[in-house]
Amino acid sequence: MSEQLKVPTMAQCMAEGRQPEVLFWVGSAGSYDDRAKKITRAFVKILNIANVDFAVLGTEESCTGDVAKRAGNEFLFQMQAVTNIEVLNAYQVKRVVTACPHSYNTLKNEYPELGGNYQVQHHTEFINELMKDGRIKIGGASKLSGKRITFHDPCYLGRANGVYEAPRDLLKSLGVELVEMKRSKNTALCCGAGGAQMFKEPEKGDKDINVLRTEDALETQPNIIATGCPYCNTMMTDGVKAKEKEASIQVLDIAELIANSQE
Amino acid sequence: MNYIPNILFALALIAGLGYFAKNVKKLIRNIKLGQDVDVSDNKSLRWKNMARIALGQSKMVKRPVSGFLHVVVYVGFVIINIEVLEIIIDGLFGTHRIFSTVLPDAIYGFLIGCFEILAFLVFISVIVFWIRRNIIKIQRFWKSEMTAWPKNDANYILYFEMVLMTLFLVMNATDLHFQSMDSGNIISQYIAPWFSGLSESSIHIIERAAWWIHILGILVFLNYLYFSKHLHILLAFPNTYYGKINPKGQLNNLEAVTNEVKMMMDPNVDPFAAPAEGVENVMPAKFGASDVQDLSWVQLLNAYTCTECGRCTSECPANLTGKKLSPRKIMMDTRDRLEEVGKNIDANNGEFKDDGKQLLGDYIAPEELWACTTCNACVEACPVSIDPLSIIIEMRRYLVMEQSAAPVELNNMMTNIENNGAPWPYNQMDRLNWKDE
Repeated sequence: MSEQLKVPTMAQCMAEGRQPEVLFWVGSAGSYDDRAKKITRAFVKILNIANVDFAVLGTEESCTGDVAKRAGNEFLFQMQAVTNIEVLNAYQVKRVVTACPHSYNTLKNEYPELGGNYQVQHHTEFINELMKDGRIKIGGASKLSGKRITFHDPCYLGRANGVYEAPRDLLKSLGVELVEMKRSKNTALCCGAGGAQMFKEPEKGDKDINVLRTEDALETQPNIIATGCPYCNTMMTDGVKAKEKEASIQVLDIAELIANSQE
Repeated sequence: MNYIPNILFALALIAGLGYFAKNVKKLIRNIKLGQDVDVSDNKSLRWKNMARIALGQSKMVKRPVSGFLHVVVYVGFVIINIEVLEIIIDGLFGTHRIFSTVLPDAIYGFLIGCFEILAFLVFISVIVFWIRRNIIKIQRFWKSEMTAWPKNDANYILYFEMVLMTLFLVMNATDLHFQSMDSGNIISQYIAPWFSGLSESSIHIIERAAWWIHILGILVFLNYLYFSKHLHILLAFPNTYYGKINPKGQLNNLEAVTNEVKMMMDPNVDPFAAPAEGVENVMPAKFGASDVQDLSWVQLLNAYTCTECGRCTSECPANLTGKKLSPRKIMMDTRDRLEEVGKNIDANNGEFKDDGKQLLGDYIAPEELWACTTCNACVEACPVSIDPLSIIIEMRRYLVMEQSAAPVELNNMMTNIENNGAPWPYNQMDRLNWKDE
């Protein structure tokens, strides 16, 4: 991808003396992970098309501490939280959007008690609002129309925060055939990455969780597995590879599906 | 007049209720061994949760078959207990079916008719439960933690209920006066003929025997609760009231850590200053939990409430893929250890004597704790608002903050966050590179 994205930073906005409408919290995965960076760019593309007045923290952003907290390191989590909150409050941030459900959950639920109060949205909720306001539209004949897509609910978006419909509304607007897995919404099976599992080898068992979850997805015979979380994306992509289905099944973030429909 | 039966009945009642009260006191004492936690907020939401989840069984019916059968047994249990009131009055005062003398025949007949139908339905449901557990062998009842006592306990409860319902129906069937009223004997009229060959006095003896064994059985069952997973019939109510009301993804922020972090971040703090006089040392004895006393009392209440149904474990991604973690086992271990601590206190004149054991290691292995993905499937699945995840997190906190005993890859990840603000070893100055790639 070489197209030029407009990505203002909060520091630039401050220098220009303006306050952006919303802060895009990129998250560590979205900043550094090669696969997740594509999701980040896809989401920014949508923001650009919709002319959203946003900014990122850029090099001033730091890990939310979610993964440290869930690994049991409350000290590290709170150090990260307090540092981030100082930066966010210094920029008088009111509204945050993020493409990572883990950042979403931590910013939304765990920062307020530590002094960070923001209106936090997941990117699927945010894009949904843009659609409803007519700020982005799906191009006439959607390339995806008629494709079978199944949506894997990220635990930290679904069960953790009860957001089930925003991602599904977006998929439906693409004119795809949305097929549900047998375990979906509040009974969705985890991809296996949460709770710091992303960063370690699994304990001894008879199967990997992402493979089991991929089997759930394959049962629906999809063309595409849609996700809304960079970690789920990695796990499902690996699962599809383990099942040797990467030639016929794509794993894509909803932001990518929407961004692709804009071409 | 012969008062011996009345006196015997009163003695049985006092013994039964007295022993139960003694164990309830012990139960409350054990739960209070937990750390204090403020759950005085959102009263109306909490009442609503209790009404919906415990009283209304809203989460039980998520699994329709077991949910429906459970509702039958639950409704039967609650309503048939009205009859126990009559039995107690009769027993104490030597009356016979006292309600039939004060209530109009039609109403009394209607009530007993309802009880009989429910008793029959409970009987059938309990048989189906037994078949599901022992013949069909539904997987979640046969996991590794469901051997020995937990397995027998489950069956004993079912046998108890079968016997009590049978006795209730036999008692009505052999009550010749009640049968002659022919009102309310909806089920027992079909049982009555089985005894028709016997003399009137034999039938009367059977009726008396059924009546006595039934009420004594209820008293025994009441006292069985404390030792059994069946305690949920009482504790489901407080447990759903005190259950988590925040979004499931929200973990509590440790206050002691917040104070520490604030001090570290405040440039005006003198790190060598002696604590101000009169200020209590706010640091806890330890961070996280290695034993039951480190958990909150709500978490201990959770442990006593668990009825080992295994819905949590059957939805746990770690357990489904053969890992050692079972959220149900976390709850069972917590209760077993709490009981052990309670007995230790009883044996040592009210003081806990170090027994060289703890919940972590002796009951729950680190391998179980590290297998958790914090996905909240167990919390979502629990029909009575138990939160196994919160215990797992508390124990991880102990492992990491007190013992630095995290898996090595996680230590690397945390070092990365400390050094460069990301779980991977990338330079913070490269955070925006994606913009131009």
